[in-house]
Amino acid sequence: MESEKMATEITPKGYVNFFEESHGLKSWIFTHDHKRIALLYFYGVVGFFLMGVVLGLLMKFEMITPGETIMKPQTYNSLFTLHGVIMVFLFIIPAVPAIFGNFFLPILIGADDVAFPKLNLLSWYLYVIGGIMALSTLILGDGPPDTGWTFYAPYSVKTGTNVIMAVMAAFVLGFSSILTGLNFIVTMHRMRAPGMDWMKMPLFPWALYATSWVQVLATPIIGITLLMVVAERVLGVGFFDPSIGGDPVLYQHLFWIYSHPAVYIMILPAMGLISEMIPVFVKKSIFGYKAIVYSSLAIAFVGYFVWGHHMFTSGMSGQARVVFSILTFLVAIPSGVKVFNWVATMFKGSIDLQTPLLYCMAFIFLFMIGGFTGLVVGALSADVHVHDTYFVVAHFHYVMFGGTGFAFIGALHYWYPKMFGRMYNKKVANIGFGVLFTGFNILYFPMFILGIQGMPRRYYDYLPEYSTWHKVSTMGSWVVAIGLIIIIANLVKAYRKGEPATGNVWGGITLEWETKSPPPLLNFDKPPTVTHGPYDYSILNK
Amino acid sequence: MEATVHATGHVAHRDDEGKRMGMWLFLFTEVLLFGGLFIVYAAYRFINPEDFHTGSQHLDWVIGAINTVILLTSSLTVALSISAIQSGNTKKAKILLYLTLAFALAFLVNKYFEWGGKIHHGLFPGMEEFKHLTHGESLFFVLYFFMTGLHGLHIIAGGIFIGFILYYINKGEVTSESYTLHENAGLYWHLVDVIWIYLFPLFYLII
Ligand SMILES: [Cu+2]
Repeated sequence: MESEKMATEITPKGYVNFFEESHGLKSWIFTHDHKRIALLYFYGVVGFFLMGVVLGLLMKFEMITPGETIMKPQTYNSLFTLHGVIMVFLFIIPAVPAIFGNFFLPILIGADDVAFPKLNLLSWYLYVIGGIMALSTLILGDGPPDTGWTFYAPYSVKTGTNVIMAVMAAFVLGFSSILTGLNFIVTMHRMRAPGMDWMKMPLFPWALYATSWVQVLATPIIGITLLMVVAERVLGVGFFDPSIGGDPVLYQHLFWIYSHPAVYIMILPAMGLISEMIPVFVKKSIFGYKAIVYSSLAIAFVGYFVWGHHMFTSGMSGQARVVFSILTFLVAIPSGVKVFNWVATMFKGSIDLQTPLLYCMAFIFLFMIGGFTGLVVGALSADVHVHDTYFVVAHFHYVMFGGTGFAFIGALHYWYPKMFGRMYNKKVANIGFGVLFTGFNILYFPMFILGIQGMPRRYYDYLPEYSTWHKVSTMGSWVVAIGLIIIIANLVKAYRKGEPATGNVWGGITLEWETKSPPPLLNFDKPPTVTHGPYDYSILNK
Repeated sequence: MEATVHATGHVAHRDDEGKRMGMWLFLFTEVLLFGGLFIVYAAYRFINPEDFHTGSQHLDWVIGAINTVILLTSSLTVALSISAIQSGNTKKAKILLYLTLAFALAFLVNKYFEWGGKIHHGLFPGMEEFKHLTHGESLFFVLYFFMTGLHGLHIIAGGIFIGFILYYINKGEVTSESYTLHENAGLYWHLVDVIWIYLFPLFYLII
């Protein structure tokens, strides 16, 4: 059996992996190797994620009692803005494509790198520059922005805080995201291994393919919109300020024309990860491969036409609202198709309940809650009640953290042995998962209740009747923090002392498992030829 | 096809088709960048039809038309330079690229005088005359400066791109065997041209 043969090769003996290929700082910051660039992103993204977590914990701590607890209202406004900017632009948009996409897309399609390695490095530099610009608002200018991550006009063109720098940071990060998407599209069109036609491509690349098109086609709109905000602030002209002839609702349209598709930049690659992991741990072909492929493309496409659902209460014609609401409900169909496929894949499989599969199952559960509550906010009458309340915050975090966040951590446990060539302590990993999952629900589920009760988002203070659920939620945030600490400590320890991992730790049959852990510089000893479908586990019986 | 073989038996192909595809994708992003501005233009024109009418009467369509002719001709010269490099006529390709750069410069000089005239009349945001405009008129001029300004930056970027092509031709890296970069510069230049083809009627002709 192929997988057993592979398992006898122990790393790092006998070949030079991409870590050992060259040494020193220069060999990293000037590298063109997609795996090293992925790791550069990894350290950056995780660093920003932890900053975002700390900001979130501080916010939650402030909310444990009504009124002032540890900070002034202005500080709170800056915290939720920076938390949003960091988590959206610096963590969740780049996390899956830039880390796992960079590392595994070429390997999964049997290539030795992406199509434009230098452009790839440029994307990383733009990411770093954008990140530094966003953080610089903490010390430069008149204080960090207090507009919320949406930079809604006219407040964003009037507030005295350092909006220009934050907006330019988002612009630069958008450019980085565009270049990554462009690179991936060309890579998939031009560099698939012999024998891998489109319908033999694994599902994570397919998800990245759909995502990349959204990155390329939606991001420029936010770019130009943010430039208009800058122009408005610098020149004092009235693009969006109604007192000098502008239209603030137009800003909202332009912002969401990008930012709704952007939530698919955040979730689609995560769905790809789930599709990639589940078959490996049930040793069964994915159910409805083509349905998953087409639903990814459908989500990306329909996702362009639903942005108005963020503006049901902002002043739009009745007809427009009905159309946006119907289209929003339509997007739920391909998402539902995927959930059905994942569950059907597990049905009657030989389930091996490893850490990554736990994350997959948590993803399905949490994404379902996030998805269905998305329909609540997508329905016209219900949205009028819950718009701009904690309900929306809970919905968003269930989809983004419960969805993408869990898929990200799950994929990290799935591919960790491949990336670093070492195995973590599985028991501790499972404990970390349990704590995180529990804490997550204690943190965010009360927000649904608070939202239904009418607690508005972004408020610094609240009435006493909300205090119970706020307290519960804050305590949940501590459990989440403990869970994250366990997970990170376990992985850091594995990096130093973990057992050397074999080439194929999980018995997968996609191409990354045919090479060594960690892979050599050009990924494979010999360029691979593809003979079977990505999830065709029947080959194991031959 | 030129191919280099690595020690491990990996074969790295030069992928011209991929490079062209990358350029096209980049052009899509540029179209959408301006697309956002066209939406804003359409919305504000719809809200303030009269003011946009008065605004556009301040612009001289003759200057705009001259610039249109200049850019169209420059698109021709850049296209001819590509066929010249393909047939191995390096000298002709270089002359045509220099001509393209000259046209780009002429366009910018023209634009400079046009903007200068407006600023002289105080029609730039923040100036005295500008404050007396109606909201709609000021939006017209803001959009005029923003969109033609952004387009001007693209002319400069395209010029720099063409400058690099000249440098690579001199270094012998762009040749009749390997001219994809040159083609890509041409594509970019055509895009800059096409955007102007839309800007010209929107600001100068629809009155
Ligand atoms: Cu949305």
